[in-house]
Amino acid sequence: MANYMDIIASCKDKPGGIIEAFHAIQKEYNYIPEEALREAARAFKVSEAQAFGVATFYSYLSVKKRGKYIIRMCESAPCHVAGADEVLKALEANLGIKAGETTEDGKFTLELTECVGQCQATPVVTINSEPVFNVKPEMVPGLLAGYK
Amino acid sequence: MAQEYRVLLEHADKINPESAADYVKVGGYKGLEKARSMNPKDLTEEVKKSGLRGRGGAGFNAGMKWSFVPQYPETKYVVCNFDEGEPGTYKDRIICQKNAQALLEGMAICGHAIGSNNGYIYCRGEYPFVVEMLKKAIGNAKESGALGEFNIEVRMGAGAYVCGEETALIESIEGHRGEPRFKPPFPGVEGLWRMPTVVNNVETFACLPYILTNGADWFAGIGAKSYPGTKVLTLTGDIENPTYFEVPTDYLLRDVIYELGGGVKGGKKLKAVQVGGTSGAFIPPQNIDTPIDFDSMSAIGAALGSGAVFVMDESRDIVDTINRIAKFFEHESCGQCTPCREGTHRCKEIMEKINTGRGTLKDIENLKVLARVMQKASLCGLGQAAPIPITSTLEHFEYEYLRKLM
Repeated sequence: MANYMDIIASCKDKPGGIIEAFHAIQKEYNYIPEEALREAARAFKVSEAQAFGVATFYSYLSVKKRGKYIIRMCESAPCHVAGADEVLKALEANLGIKAGETTEDGKFTLELTECVGQCQATPVVTINSEPVFNVKPEMVPGLLAGYK
Repeated sequence: MAQEYRVLLEHADKINPESAADYVKVGGYKGLEKARSMNPKDLTEEVKKSGLRGRGGAGFNAGMKWSFVPQYPETKYVVCNFDEGEPGTYKDRIICQKNAQALLEGMAICGHAIGSNNGYIYCRGEYPFVVEMLKKAIGNAKESGALGEFNIEVRMGAGAYVCGEETALIESIEGHRGEPRFKPPFPGVEGLWRMPTVVNNVETFACLPYILTNGADWFAGIGAKSYPGTKVLTLTGDIENPTYFEVPTDYLLRDVIYELGGGVKGGKKLKAVQVGGTSGAFIPPQNIDTPIDFDSMSAIGAALGSGAVFVMDESRDIVDTINRIAKFFEHESCGQCTPCREGTHRCKEIMEKINTGRGTLKDIENLKVLARVMQKASLCGLGQAAPIPITSTLEHFEYEYLRKLM
């Protein structure tokens, strides 16, 4: 696993690159650990409060520990009318968690999201940003089994 | 005239979007060559003359936008708005995945017009795979020499709808919270790092190579007179063919649904169609014999917006859909200005009340007042547009609300 110090150092010379640094940190850790956030604030010469303000403004950034696989269920209108609610219920039932939570084994985090731009095949779920199309509740167990 | 007319997507799936050489084979980078043989002022005039208007939703004349950029500052920026976040919209992704080089060429053309070699593409965080592809496409174009001195860097957004607003987008590139700025000054005068900046949509940039290659008059002659060219539309909801199409801008909404779209799914009747994304108006069936262009849509109280076309059949519950949309705006309001932060929250609260059968006539009155306040007093387009789905459905589908009241 790449060290967050190295990741931040590699983005440091990009003007305004703190969001790029956060993305790169998340790619390794799936969230932004507190010490990485502090280091980013130092490197980009902003206060810790400002860095925290940026990290919590964007819904794709998280300062809370998350699972290995982040499942996002799209809730926007085209997915909503295609049955997103039923898919969400199936995800919650199969994972044994509610939206916003992480499974005890640290494998899955379930999040709600707005449109992910794959509306040709609704409802859509993304797993670590990879879209899964035309999801039906009965597909959920098989889908989850594919992630070890 | 139930035909597609493909300009931007003519060679879709036949060329590799990453390859500049592939693109050159189908006539690519000729527009940039021509642009560079012109002086910047004439180039801007040519784009103005073509009548090209912004494809992101605001519909502002592109050449006019460029003409606001002052000549004297040394550093200026060309920024591509690829933050398409309107639910139901994915046309910018399609344009990039099918014809990325046209976007790069268009940005370089704009760079020549305003005197800038600094380009940024701000791509939404939901498309990391497109970011990778764009980086390769840029690398390939740079290597081939096609872009000359013009540089392009890709920055990734992180799931904030408001960053589609150009000043919020600029704030985000600068590494800040994506909160819109007060305007004026407009970005053309004071944008990225307080320097003059042109922000245009992916589709707007991608039109430029074709305008330069074929001439402004050619472009001005396609589609609707006041909003010429083609438009890439994405069809979603209860439709037989939920896919994308490129059509001339005088194409009728009816034909989008019943010809290209193959009609309402399962042969059901149409209840409503929402054009332009989740902030668009709901259009009743009696109004679908309207061309999709910007001004024709405005004339029926709707908006072309991003070109998303969301179809709802007769069985759909309008109030439930609006409740969902109200939740979207509450989530996406950046919270900076009160009319939007409070307004989107109260809209959702009242819609939830009505949707669960606890609403009264007074709630509908309150919604109408709230909508007026938000439209007039919100700082940016998000808060101003957020009540449109509510007001348009209260106008055309009031009975759906009334039957859910206590």
